[in-house]
Amino acid sequence: MKEFISKLAEGKVRVIDLTHTLSAEFPHISLPPEMGQAWPFRIEEVSRYDERGPAWYWNNFSCGEHTGTHFDAPVHWVSGKDLPNGSVDTIPAQNFIGPAFVLDCSNEAQKDADFLLTKKFIQSWEKKHSKITPHSWVLMRTDWYKRAGDPAAFQNYDETGQHTPGPDIDAVKFLVEEREVLGFGTETIGTDAGQAQHLRPPYPCHYYMHGAGRYGLQCLANLDQLPPTGAVVIAAPLKIQNGSGSPLRVLALVEGK
Amino acid sequence: MQRPKRKNPVLRTRLPTLPPAARSRIALGLTAAAAMGRFELQQCRDCGTVQYPPREVCQKCLSIKIAWKGQPDGGELLARTVLHHSNDLFFRERLPWRLGLIKLDCGPTVVAHLHDSVEKRVRVKAMLDRAGQAVLAALPEKEVNVAEDRQLREFTCDPQFRKVLITDGKTALGQQLVHAMVKAKADLIWVGHSEPWKKFSGFSELKNIPQVTLLPLDLTDSKNVREVAAEIGAKVDIVVNNAEHHRAFGIGNRAGVETARAEMDINYFGLLRLAQELGPVMRARGADGQSSAVAWVNVLSIYALANFPPHGTFSASKAAAHSLAQCLRAEMRPAGVRVVNVFPGPIDDEWNQLLPPPKVTPATLATSIVKALQEGIEDVYPGDVAQEWLARWRDNPKALERELSA
Amino acid sequence: MRQGYQGVAIAVPVTVPYVRYSIRSAHWWLARALSLLLQKSTLPKESIDGLSVSSFTLAPDSAIGLTQHLGLSPRWLDHVPFGGASGVVALRRAARAVQAGDAAVVACLAGDTNHVDSFRLTLANFSQFARDAVYPYGAGGPNASFAFLTAYYMDKYGATREDFGKLCVAQRANALKFDFSLFKKPLTIEEYMAARPIAEPLHLFDCVMPCAGADAFLVLSEEKAKALNIPYARLLGTIERHNAFASDPVQMRAGWALDREELYAQAGAAPQDMDFVQTYDDYPVISLMQMEDLGFCAKGEGPAFVRKNAFTHEGSFPLNTSGGQLSVGQAGAAGGYLGMVEAIRQLTGQAERRQVKSAKLGLVSGFGMINYDRGLGSGAAILATAKA
Repeated sequence: MKEFISKLAEGKVRVIDLTHTLSAEFPHISLPPEMGQAWPFRIEEVSRYDERGPAWYWNNFSCGEHTGTHFDAPVHWVSGKDLPNGSVDTIPAQNFIGPAFVLDCSNEAQKDADFLLTKKFIQSWEKKHSKITPHSWVLMRTDWYKRAGDPAAFQNYDETGQHTPGPDIDAVKFLVEEREVLGFGTETIGTDAGQAQHLRPPYPCHYYMHGAGRYGLQCLANLDQLPPTGAVVIAAPLKIQNGSGSPLRVLALVEGK
Repeated sequence: MQRPKRKNPVLRTRLPTLPPAARSRIALGLTAAAAMGRFELQQCRDCGTVQYPPREVCQKCLSIKIAWKGQPDGGELLARTVLHHSNDLFFRERLPWRLGLIKLDCGPTVVAHLHDSVEKRVRVKAMLDRAGQAVLAALPEKEVNVAEDRQLREFTCDPQFRKVLITDGKTALGQQLVHAMVKAKADLIWVGHSEPWKKFSGFSELKNIPQVTLLPLDLTDSKNVREVAAEIGAKVDIVVNNAEHHRAFGIGNRAGVETARAEMDINYFGLLRLAQELGPVMRARGADGQSSAVAWVNVLSIYALANFPPHGTFSASKAAAHSLAQCLRAEMRPAGVRVVNVFPGPIDDEWNQLLPPPKVTPATLATSIVKALQEGIEDVYPGDVAQEWLARWRDNPKALERELSA
Repeated sequence: MRQGYQGVAIAVPVTVPYVRYSIRSAHWWLARALSLLLQKSTLPKESIDGLSVSSFTLAPDSAIGLTQHLGLSPRWLDHVPFGGASGVVALRRAARAVQAGDAAVVACLAGDTNHVDSFRLTLANFSQFARDAVYPYGAGGPNASFAFLTAYYMDKYGATREDFGKLCVAQRANALKFDFSLFKKPLTIEEYMAARPIAEPLHLFDCVMPCAGADAFLVLSEEKAKALNIPYARLLGTIERHNAFASDPVQMRAGWALDREELYAQAGAAPQDMDFVQTYDDYPVISLMQMEDLGFCAKGEGPAFVRKNAFTHEGSFPLNTSGGQLSVGQAGAAGGYLGMVEAIRQLTGQAERRQVKSAKLGLVSGFGMINYDRGLGSGAAILATAKA
């Protein structure tokens, strides 16, 4: 720790912000219209040095738990509903920090928006870099975050729904069962692929990850600035009672300037 | 009609003035009818005498059983005058001004604003003037577009040569409104759309219409509404707020408040946000030349009058919007900007899928909105269902409440 | 047969000189009129035991408030807010009060102030019908209403602008011999015809000019007038009618047509016996209507009557011999008194340069309150010299 502190003081630890700015324009999860909907991020001025409050400026904001760069807790999914410590207020704080393994799928995702990360892809990545250690964040880099300025491209809908990359069933099971990861992170709106409702089971990452008490990180930014290994990621959600998730400020610590 | 010249930016923008607005309470019966485009005069239930100006009793038999009833609108022009002098600011700025004295076939002699092509036989129409009060206008017997008459145009909100904002272009109604506004010769049409990633049929085609400019507009986002108002507010002459959130739920068949809140957020707060941002600048432009800011249209619902329990939370949000629209109307009136409230019955769209016909088609609804603007109507009840509900509601609101819960 | 007006004297015609605009209130003008009445009659203020008041701009006061304002303690009080019919109506009532002994001396006052905005405010709140069904239509005021009547009359009876102009020109000639008239320049028919339109077919000289002013006279017993040595006129007959011919689609006649036979019978006179006529002339068409309705010519023959007569005080039909409202100005309700005070002057030999030669009988007509589409009140009085 002492060494860490001195490195921090000397500027030898780079802090990378993996978070998108919360704004009304930022794309939000859309379910079929007859279903319940998460509130998008909205902000209303309370006062701004005016008759409503002469010397101060502040806002009220509202949003769903799963807004912007955000955290998915195990209770978010039906498969994790009965797990102990499954909501954001009960998850041990230890679990909000861990080493990050960054799997670069940017080429694949660019070629195929429906790209599915496979177990095979992970294994070959491990061969090239290192084995994923337990209690780590596995982050799927797709460079999708670069589309955030164009909400339509980011959401990438057509009449068959959303087309965004994500993991396949075996990959998720592999990470959960054989690598005991803390959780899985993506740059897209879900940890699952856009078309993952057609997989069996649907939304496997949600299903297995949360079913095993693991977490999801979504709408991450700047994953292209992380080394494949060696970064430490801190992703601590707001301590919402029985919360299923929370907007995040995600920080990555990387050695070097 | 001649296209008005571009505004001379060196000259001070003319401030809105209103024609004399004071009326006795009894005279507001004419306003109530004119607001819906009807021509009604007082008629004695006992002796049948039709009378005007409005009185507290029948001038013939002194009965107090007098009712406002639709009357034949034919009449004969007895005399006409052209005013070159007026004691009122509004008219002073609009001289010369034609007036006629008309003997109505149904009895009374009336003073009326005169269309410029009337001959001996006329049709008399009750219209709302810029103060929002009813006045009579004498038109030729043949069909005419009153909005093309120099004088009577002052009482209409004709889209021709005007710039229109339609708040939601993604719905069928929004798209039909665009087409109707093009047909009515609107100069420029801004079409709002939210959630740009959602694709709806017909929407992308709007881009090909030369008058159309697409504009990201989400009434739930205060900042966005403020920015849109800043960008286009000073140009908007007519707002058609058709953005709405509609789900078919009552209280018991939908847990939680998320849906109801989403309805309120667009249907009620959306109107409030838009009115707060666009209202002031429109008020300032209420007399800005021939193509001034003139109208604000709210697409409400007939369910605003009485709750339709199968669409209970939607009804409530529309009732809230209706109430707010009355506030908006009061605040816009000093500028002569008319707030037109539209109370359609079920629109033939996905949210009314299970309701039996008749349903008002988006095209019909759009046409009736444009017609209301052209004819100076402020309360519009388009479609058979709306008309029937209105009749039942006016007859006995409590009975309608019971009928709706049956 | 109605009781006559024997024993009633009408005296002391006074005019508080008119001005276009005044910063004073109506009270000031009415007070000045009362003061002139006392001055000219030499009566002490206490002797005024009857008061009749007509004014549009006295609000929020009415006649009763004015008693305190003026320090009067009358035992008979009347408020006659009938505009152009006020003079005749006030006279009728005051005459009966004097005859009955309810009052000995009635001061009849009419006056109004005219601030720059008074006229507009008066119009906007003139009547419920005007507010509901006339003023919102261009706010032309009486100009618009009388434009309709004029247009209809011209269309129906073939009157021309020249016919109306002839009356206006003659009245202007009379006005030049009346010190209190606000118009001091002669008017030619060419100028009349060339005037700017106000409410077609009405042009500038067809319309009266609103101003401030007051007129007044006294009604008392002949006995008392004689004792005071005050010149006076007598009242031979009067009529009054309101809302006559209500079902006529447009007003081409008023109550005179209904009641004129009674008027002449009561007076024991005929139209041709009149030495002069003072019509209510807020617009010339109304003068034509009165000539017809009061029997000087048949209905619709007004234009021909105008063409064959001359209307100055020296003419074949002396009309509005002080110039009428068209050339003196319309001081609100005093407009309904203008003809009355002029008739008294003519019959008491006080008409100076415009005196109608050996005038013995004169007719004063009043017409008031265009409530909606027509004037509602009409009245007329036949006055005679004291000696006749």
